[in-house]
This record gives sequence, structure tokens and C-alpha cells, in this order.
Amino acid sequence: MKRLIYVPLLLLLACGQQQSANQEAGATLESTGGGQSTVQDETSEPDVVRVAVNSPLHTTLVAALKGAEYVDALSNAGPFTVFAPTNEAFDKLPAGTVENLLKPENKDALRNILEYHVYVGVIKEEYVQDGMTLNQVNLDNVTLNKKDGKITVNGAKVLGVVKASNGVVYVIDAVLLPPDKK
Amino acid sequence: MKNLIKISFLFATLAVVAGGVLSSCKPKGPAEVSMGDAASKVYVAPGKYDEFYNIVSGGFNGQIGVYGIPSGRLFRIIPVFSLSPESGYGFSEETKPMLNTSQGFVPWDDLHHIALSTTNGEHDGRWIFANGNNTPRVARVSFKSFRTEEILEIPNSGGNHSSPFITENTEYLVAGTRFSVPMGGKDVPISSYKENFKGSISFVKVDSISGEMNIAFQLRTPGFNYDLSRAGKGPSHGWFFFSCYNTEQAYTLLEVNASQKDKDFIMAVNWKKAEEYIRQGKGRIEKAKYAHNIYSEKTHMATSKIEDEVLVLDVTEFPDIVYFIPCPKSPHGCDVDPSGEYIVGSGKLAAMMPVFSFGKIQTAIANKDYEGDFNGIPVIKYEAALHGEVKKPGLGPLHTEFDEKGNAYTSFFVSSEIVKWNVKTLEILDRVPTYYSIGHLCVPGGPTSKPHGKYVIAYNKITKDRYLPTGPELTQSAQLYDISGDKMQLLLDFPTTGEPHYAEAIPAGLITPNSTKIYKIEENENPYAAKGESKTKVERKGNEVHVYMTAIRSHLTPDNIEGVRVGDDVYFHVTNLEQDWDVPHGFAVKGATNSEILIMPGETQTLKWKPTGTGVVPFYCTDFCSALHQEMSGYVRVSPAGSSTPLKFSTGKTEDQNSGAGK
Repeated sequence: MKRLIYVPLLLLLACGQQQSANQEAGATLESTGGGQSTVQDETSEPDVVRVAVNSPLHTTLVAALKGAEYVDALSNAGPFTVFAPTNEAFDKLPAGTVENLLKPENKDALRNILEYHVYVGVIKEEYVQDGMTLNQVNLDNVTLNKKDGKITVNGAKVLGVVKASNGVVYVIDAVLLPPDKK
Repeated sequence: MKNLIKISFLFATLAVVAGGVLSSCKPKGPAEVSMGDAASKVYVAPGKYDEFYNIVSGGFNGQIGVYGIPSGRLFRIIPVFSLSPESGYGFSEETKPMLNTSQGFVPWDDLHHIALSTTNGEHDGRWIFANGNNTPRVARVSFKSFRTEEILEIPNSGGNHSSPFITENTEYLVAGTRFSVPMGGKDVPISSYKENFKGSISFVKVDSISGEMNIAFQLRTPGFNYDLSRAGKGPSHGWFFFSCYNTEQAYTLLEVNASQKDKDFIMAVNWKKAEEYIRQGKGRIEKAKYAHNIYSEKTHMATSKIEDEVLVLDVTEFPDIVYFIPCPKSPHGCDVDPSGEYIVGSGKLAAMMPVFSFGKIQTAIANKDYEGDFNGIPVIKYEAALHGEVKKPGLGPLHTEFDEKGNAYTSFFVSSEIVKWNVKTLEILDRVPTYYSIGHLCVPGGPTSKPHGKYVIAYNKITKDRYLPTGPELTQSAQLYDISGDKMQLLLDFPTTGEPHYAEAIPAGLITPNSTKIYKIEENENPYAAKGESKTKVERKGNEVHVYMTAIRSHLTPDNIEGVRVGDDVYFHVTNLEQDWDVPHGFAVKGATNSEILIMPGETQTLKWKPTGTGVVPFYCTDFCSALHQEMSGYVRVSPAGSSTPLKFSTGKTEDQNSGAGK
């Protein structure tokens, strides 16, 4: 028992002497070590992932992005156009669909669905033309329609458009399901 | 076959055994010097940060290199007195004024010394100061942006070597002339040196908030060469010490003629006294032209102003400002220890080093313990100022830095070594060779009141066989030594850019929390900024065409421009609309005779282009910004001079029937 007390004391002494010059102003000593989504940056405009994370309407989408290990890719330089279904949109899916997709063995299926919501390139609202198709990251196409200034994607309504540092987020009211593979 | 294998095995075994036994008999070469745990001491794992920033002058490249210690990794090169085609510094319309001088645009200088700002004698992590040796200038670099914010030309100087050393609270930085010259551009025979040539020491006031520099006054001093200097600190705060050589006042073959005397001088300047005389209005105004260039982070533009007078104090008329202290054989380094009590003179041709005592200098002045005068300036008796001599320290002492334990580290050029000695006892404690021919050296915080005596870094003048050879022109080498123990230990060689002349190192923690990430677009006051794609436009004013362009992932707006004519001066004012850390965009146009420009998020920079022939000319983003970086481009149509092609510009507008998104 006596020995046990001495050891931490000695360690403490050693640490006190070894205080490095780096700690002077309490600075960060290293990068976070994770992907770009972990970079500490309170200054920049939020990227598409942070837009989703900051939105209470998108907790299911964020959980899905995390489950598919997709957050780092979407925190990257992009540029991205992301169609972001709301929680309600996910709720419209048959019961148990989301839970099922979040199972590790269904990661590929989940990724395929999420990648169907992402286009590499910034399609700003004013560039959308009626009947325009976009080839998504999963290699399937979505069709955009514009009628009376209202935009839909595969029939899903666009509820709002949010600019992000690395692209643009279209908030939509339905989950986009990729066409069945032949 | 079997035999062969056996024999070669036997040889291999013998070789290993022999190697083990014989290696101790071999002379110690460089490979054997660095050993033990050196690798782990300099290894900074991926994603980990270095403990210190090393701010290293680039010497004749006119730039500053930013390295990490202990890894020796290069992070950044900051253009100061030199053009940088990488960033467009000195090429963009916004930065060209930074290199303006009374002689016009001078796009190069010889950047020798670094001084990091201090408060109470300790590093405060605010600014980097540097000198331009050739066309006398001083520069201030921000520790927030790592960019050159200000360049001030120094008039009446023949070469700004003794610079930009600073006082304890960065009240002043000094600019002492290396070459004495006749003042005011007087046309006189070179042989009239003794009669006409004068020294000039400028005291540049640094604004404590903005950092802005202004020449407060110049001391007119006897004509010889002013080499290096250091400010006093603690008890000696208020004083400045300069090494002087060529007190022989030679003007030809200085190699021989400036080495005649046994002793030259350390010049001690009571700058508080000089300040007093200036306050009393005793300075005289002299006409002098010099440029003062300031870069604004608000407008993202530099402005250059030509000043036309300086305030001068002739030290021969004010006998209590300046005193000479004899110092053996052409002193080079003149370094003040952290306590402020000891001043080390390094006579570069002397076989010993005198250490002077500030206390004794004060007593000598009070007692008028002088051996005579030089041009009316008192010369203090050598013994009266002397704390003691370091005997036979090595050959060719140059510079001294200090740790917090009372030790000094002096570089020796001729004997190519660093010598550790005790400042009080003057006893030599250790010596290590450097590879090869060390000039300056650096202990983190070494010239301040608060050294971090963990490392000393040698900046060597000769490299020869230390790295893979690259033809006749080789990188110059820095070497890192661990000085935390009694014995100095070589840890690492690292290559540097240009000539690593002098350097300082500062704890990273003083810098990293303040580093700028982006410029806020709403604060951009550049008159040519387009703060949004809807603000982009192209305007013609006579033969000037101004393109107000924006860049954001992954397009330029406008990206189709027509109506430019041969012979026009086209200004591309590019605003980077990104508000995201580390997403610069670049801009280049085919045939531009200057460079690219690199535009930080929220910033506006301008590239001037003069088309010389008709055609359709591409332009593009040069910085790999995104997955669609290769798409980030555009065309400008150039029509013949005098043609009536209408001025037109757009992005995303398709005029034919078969193109465009969705087609």
C-alpha cells in the first residue's frame, strides 16, 4: 500500500517539471486525428453535414449518415448537392425500414440509398430546369421538376434550400428510393 | 553450391563480429554522432503538433520560412521582400505597393534577421520583424495571418544589417547601417571617408496596438560599420548595444584594412536619454525620401506613401547618449543575457570573448573612467566595463544565445562548433561540432528574458555532403541539438530554403489560438470586391476593362466574357466567396506576364492582363479546390483593337440550342 502511494506522487513531480512550452497559452496540442468532420472550426460557414446536424428536422438522416460512415466524405471539399429528407419523410417509410437499414449487415444498402441523395456539384436553385436529370453518387439518376417556381425531385417536394460551405442542401419531404437493380 | 553458401555465411558472420569490435576504433563521423534516442526526440507523429514554431529568415531569398521544432518540418514560406508567384505577392495589384521604395519597385532583398515582438522581455506572439539588408527596409509580419503587413524603408542607411532588434516591450526596433555613407546623397570622393561618411542608427517606433512602424529619430554616428545589436533588458532596459567594426575607417580592401586595430567598439546607446532630447525638441529635421507601405486586411490592399523627412540627433552634440566600449577584433555578435546584466562581444577574429557588465559600465560612466574619446564620444576603459573573458573558446565566435539556467551557447564559424559556457563563471562546459560552418544559432526564447533551454538550432553556411546532392547548388542545412542535459546532443539535420540567416523559435501555444482561418466576406472593403454572384460585372473605362469576378466551388462568375480588345488593360478582380477554412481559389489567365493570384476565403485580389492578340483565351482556378476543380474555368474573347464586339458577360447562360444542364 505504501508503494502505491509513492508512485503517483513521483509521477506528479515528473509531470510538473516536464510541462512543455506548447501548453503556455492552453493551445491545442494536436489535430483531432479523425476525418474532416472532426476538425475543430467554429469560424467557417457550416458544411452540409453540419447543416444537417444543426437541424432538429434531420436527426434520422444524421443517424443514417453516421451509420453508413458517410459524415467525413460529406465534410470534404465537395462540392455537393444533398437532398435531405426530414424525420417525417423517414417516418413515412414502412415500419422498421430505418432500423433494418441501420443494422451493420445492411450497410451497403444504406449507403446506396444515401448516395442516391447526393450529387457531386452545386446545383443552385436558379440552375434547376424542369425535367433536368442528375446522375447521383450511386450512379442512378434523379429527375428534377420545376413548376410555377416549385421544385420537386422524383416527385418529392423541396421544402427549403440551405446554402452550405461545401455545397447546397435541399430539404425534401420524402426519402428517395433508388430504382431496383436489374 | 552448398560450400559457397557456407563460405558467404562465414564471411557475413565475420563481418558482423569485426564490425562490432572495430567500430570503436573508427574516427567518429557524422553518422555516429547522432545516436541513441534521437529519432524519438524529433518524431512528431502524424496529426501531432510541434512544440515550437521556428521562424527562419531566408537570407538572400528575401522570405521567411516557418518550421516546426523538433520535427524540422517546413510549414510555410512567407514572402516579405521578394515576389511570390505562388501567392501573387508583389504581382497582384493589391500587393505591388508593398515592394515600393524611394528607388521605385524593388522586388528583392536580403532578409537577414528576425525579431519576434516581446512584452516585458518575453515573447508575446504578435509580430515578426525582419530587415532588408540591401535596399534598407524593415518589415512587420502578422502572427495571425503569417503575412507581411508593413514595410518601411530606412533612409540615410547604406545597408540595413544591424536590424531589426527590438526593445523589451517592442517600443522600438533599430535599423543600424552596415555601411557608412555620406548623408543626403552627397557627391564626394570615396577617399573622403573620414571627413564625409557617417553612420546612421534609426529608432523605429512600433505602435503598441496596431504594430505600425514609424521612424521616431535617427542617431548620426561616426563613420564606420555597424554590425549587430541587442537591446538591454531588465536593469539595462533603456539601453541598446551595437557592435562596430572598421573603426579604422577603411574604404578599400576592408579584409586587410579594417583588421588593423586590436580593438574596435561596442557602442552603448542610452535611448531613453535620446528620447528625452527628442521630447525637448532638440532633434533637427532633415529631408529624406523613404517609402512606407501598409497592407490592410480590411481592403485587402496595400498602400505606399513616400515620406520626406526624419528627425536627427547628432551624437557628437549630445555626449550622454553614446559611449564606446573597446572590444577585440571586429566584433560581430553583441548579445545580452536574459538577466540584462551581461553583454557578450564576439570579436570574430579574436581568440577570446569579452563579457561586459552593465553595472560596471554604469559605474565607469559615473566615474568617467575613460581611456579617451573618439570624435568626442567617450571611450570607456576596457577593464572598467569587463565582467571577464572566456578564454580560448574556439575560433571565430559569432553569436550567442542563452538558456534559463545561466548558460550561453556561442557559434564558432571558423572552428564549426557550438560552445556551451557559463555566463557568470565564464567556464567552458561543452562543445559540439556543426556540419558545416555555423553562422547564427537559436535557442527558443534565447534572446528574450524567458528562454526555453530545450534545444539549440544551428544554421549552417556550408552543406557539401550532408544530403543527397542536387548539383552545384545545395540546400542550406539547419541542425537541431538537445540541450536539456549537461551534454549537447545532435538530433536532426533539416534542409531550409534560401539562406537560413538568423531565426527565433517561439512556443506554439502563443501562436495557434490566434491564427486566422478566413476573412469575413461582409468585412471585405476592397473597392473592387463582388460580395455575391449578383454583384459581378464587367466595366469598360477607356482601354481599361474591370472584371468584378467571384470564385466559389466550382465556378467563376462571370465565366464567359466578350468585348475585350487587343491592347486593353484587363483587371480581373477576383473575390473568393468561400467562408470555409482552407479553401483558397487561384486564378490564372493564359499569356499573363505576371503570375497567378491565390485568393483566401473572403478576400479580393486583382491580376492585370494585357491581351496581345485576338482569340478566345481560357482562364481557370489554379488551386485544387474541389472535385470539380478542373471544371472551374472560363473563356474571354479578345477582338481586334477598335472592333465593336459588345461587352458581354455571364455564367451558366447557354445561347445555342444544344447545350446546357439537362440537355
